[in-house]
This record gives sequence, structure tokens and C-alpha cells, in this order.
Amino acid sequence: MNLFDIMGPVMVGPSSSHTAGAVRIGRVCLRILGEKAERAKIHFHGSFALTGVGHGTDKAVVAGLMDMETYDIRIPQSFELARENGMEFTIDTVDLKDAHPNTVLMELKGKSKSIKIQASSLGGGRISIDEIDNIKTSFTAEYPTLVVHNEDKAGHAAHVTKMLAEKNINIASLRSYRDKRGGFAIMVVETDEPIPIEVIGELEKKEGIIKVTYVNVI
Amino acid sequence: MAFKSVKELLERSRETGREVWQLIMEEDANDRNVGTEDSFEKMRSMWKAMKASSDSYDPSLRSSSGLSGGDGHKVREYRQKCISGEFMGDVIAEAIGMAESNACMRCIVAAPTAGSCGVIPAVLIPYVNKYGTDEEKIVRGLFVSAGFGQIIAERAFIAGALGGCQAEIGSASAMAAAMLVYLQGGSPQQSASALAFALKSLLGLVCDPVAGLVEVPCVKRNVIGAVNAITSADMALAGIETMIPADEVIDAMRAVGAAMPSSLRETAEGGLAATPTGIEIAERMPVLK
Repeated sequence: MNLFDIMGPVMVGPSSSHTAGAVRIGRVCLRILGEKAERAKIHFHGSFALTGVGHGTDKAVVAGLMDMETYDIRIPQSFELARENGMEFTIDTVDLKDAHPNTVLMELKGKSKSIKIQASSLGGGRISIDEIDNIKTSFTAEYPTLVVHNEDKAGHAAHVTKMLAEKNINIASLRSYRDKRGGFAIMVVETDEPIPIEVIGELEKKEGIIKVTYVNVI
Repeated sequence: MAFKSVKELLERSRETGREVWQLIMEEDANDRNVGTEDSFEKMRSMWKAMKASSDSYDPSLRSSSGLSGGDGHKVREYRQKCISGEFMGDVIAEAIGMAESNACMRCIVAAPTAGSCGVIPAVLIPYVNKYGTDEEKIVRGLFVSAGFGQIIAERAFIAGALGGCQAEIGSASAMAAAMLVYLQGGSPQQSASALAFALKSLLGLVCDPVAGLVEVPCVKRNVIGAVNAITSADMALAGIETMIPADEVIDAMRAVGAAMPSSLRETAEGGLAATPTGIEIAERMPVLK
């Protein structure tokens, strides 16, 4: 464990998993949406559903969707701030099959994009993105991460690795997830270095690549 | 990478002639690929954040459950009458105040966790007020504390869900004890003994939060973590040596945690959470529909 995971982080309480982790989930989901969230349906599962109010998990997720950091002192007022900023949200509970106890399912809508994400808080502020648009994934957003929605066809992984190699960016991991053969796929690429914005633009122009989002919230 | 054992850390210090805090800082700088100055400044910012949390304690705040708030202030008012003296009164007030701030959604420094955030500041702030320690030394002390904590995390755990409260308040107490010894000019071996005393005394402590919230009994357990750190440091500084080496005590903590039933590891199904009053409190908590 990093030294400053032991002495730190500086965070708004009361719980690293139920508060700080929840802020982080909101923030990462906002980045995956890729634009301001105008409407959010938030569904809590398990321990999040049972103890979410007492831990401020509800306020924390909304704060994250407003792009707040885990140490932002405005987290307790996130509901009011969201309303002032024109973000509508609803919060309820859901019973998901085989999900981590600290799980939230979110349906987000922006001006032109929408997305459905299931994420869990693993403890100590660490999180996992478990599902995007009904496709199972598994990544922590602890690295600069590229999320590529593409058609499940040969050659997409090669586009990505070639482009990153040209920019001298080292790939820490690359995983591909799909709903069915020849259907839709999601490629998650974690890198050691931040990814320049032009790479994302170039990738989006490739045939068969539907959408590219970039998450860098380290 | 972090040190794998207290033994390794102490041996390296002996062999290289470098102080424990320096070795820990250098490991961090290496881990995160930054300069040692960057590491030192980051630790200084942790101290500043602790101070800022303490200074902004608001006795009028209550947690959303209504279970926490205002008790740190009560001890502050009572400090002159404290049986254990004014210094200990400040320690108790600081521990409760910080843990209450956490429960009330204020900004704190998780050290090592949010639930145990009161322990280290509760010994450090009154200590600094008493001895006038300069900031460089305080930051070095925090490196000692964090470095020993990192070894505990490496060999055992620091999360209540994994190892019970001994892993949270126990670890925080052990980290604080090792730090106090350093600040008082004790040897690294004495820091290791203090760590061992602190952890031994809290071995087996379960995590049983009422209604699953970081409030009852967590807020007051920060007090025992802090007080236990001070008595452990004093024992070590007096020259008492731990019979069981620090690494073995940490390993025992892991074994005890692994043997704990899940009902006593943060699930709110056992201990105080399962008492009639604990259940009654849980039933009247606001829930999502």
C-alpha cells in the first residue's frame, strides 16, 4: 500500500468506502459519460442501500457527479448544488444479482450522450467499474484509462496499441469485453502516462469505433 | 516497495546509518517516482490538514444519524478536572472531536482509516502544544508513523471489514506509539517495542458498529487508541522491551482477524450492534426507499 494511503487521504468523512469511494465512483462515471450530467438515476444496492443515508453515500455520489474531489468540503451540500447547477437526480434502491455489497447502478444522461454504469467501492477509497452499458468490465481508474466502445471486429485493439506506441505511451493493461461475438465490445486500456487529447480524436474517426472516453482522475 | 518487516527497516537503518524516517521517505519517493522533497511536502500537508480539522471543530454539529457530535467539547470544558490530568484531557477531547468531525462529514485525514482518524492527531496535537516541537520534526514523526503503519498493512490489514477494530484503532494506536517514541528521542528499537505494546493491548478488538455507521462505538474507541499509544510509548521509553517481537505481534493480529467471524467484522451483525439498544437504534435510522 502507498505510504499516503496509510497517512491519508485527506477526505470528507465518515467512511472511506461509503463516502470517499462513492465520491470517486461519481467522478469516474461522469468522466466515462464524457460531458456534464443533466439527469442521473442512482440505484443503491446492498450495504449502500442499507447504510447509505447514514454514511452520506447519497450526497457523495451526487458530489462526484458534480466533479467534486473526495476532500471537497461542499460534499454535504451536494444536493442543493446539483439543483442550482441544473442536474436532476433520483435515488432509490435496487437488488442486483452477484454484486459487491457496496454497489451503485447509475443511468446518466448529458446533452448528447447517455450511459449506464455499475460500480462498486472496494474499501479504502478504491473502486471498481463493473459494468458499462450492460457489458461486464473490471477496472479501477487508478491509471489513465481509455474506454473504447467498438464493434466486435478484428483490428480495433491493433489501432489502439499502434497509436499509443507512436506517442510513446506504455500500456499497463489492455482488456476487451463483449456482449456476444460480433456484437458490441468495450476495450479498457490502462496506461502509465497520460494520453494526449488528439489520440482520442483520431481513434474516434476509425471505422467500427463507436465512442472513446478517457478517464484520468488520479 | 514498502518494508516487509520491522526487522528489515531497523536493520537497514543500522547498516546505512540513515534514520528510519529518511528510509521511509526515500521508499515513498521511489514508489511514486517523485523527489524526496515532494514526499516531505506531501507529509507536511497531511499535518496541516490535521491541524485544520482540529481547529475547525464545531461543537454544534450533529451527524445525520443524530448519534454523534458535541462530546469533544464537553471534555474540553472539563479538562481541568480530569483525573488523568489536563494533558490527557486534551488527548481525549481531540480524539473525540476529530472522530465526531468525521461522523459529521467534515474533512479529516484518514490515518490509517477514516474511522480511526482521531488517534494520531489526538496524541500529536497535545504533544506539540506541550513540547513546542518544530514542524520539521513533526513531519519526520509522521513518516515514522506511516512507515510502521505500512508494514502493518503489508503483513496484516488496516480495514475493520478484514480484521476487526484491532486492524483500525489497533493499527492507528501502534503507529501513534512508534511516532511518540521517535518524537521523544527514543531509539528505533524502542519505537518497535511501543508499536508492539500498543497492538498487543488491543488485540482481538472487534468491529461492531451500531447501525453500520462509523459512530457508536467508533468515536470513543479513538480515545482508547490514543491513550494506549501514550502509555505504550512511555513503557518503551522507560526501557521495557517487548517479549514478542513487533513483526510477530503484527502476524498475530492478522491471525486473530482471520479467525474472527464475519459478524464481528464491520457487518453490524454482532457485538454492540446486536444488543437490544443497538438494534433499536438501527431500526429508527433513515433509510432509502
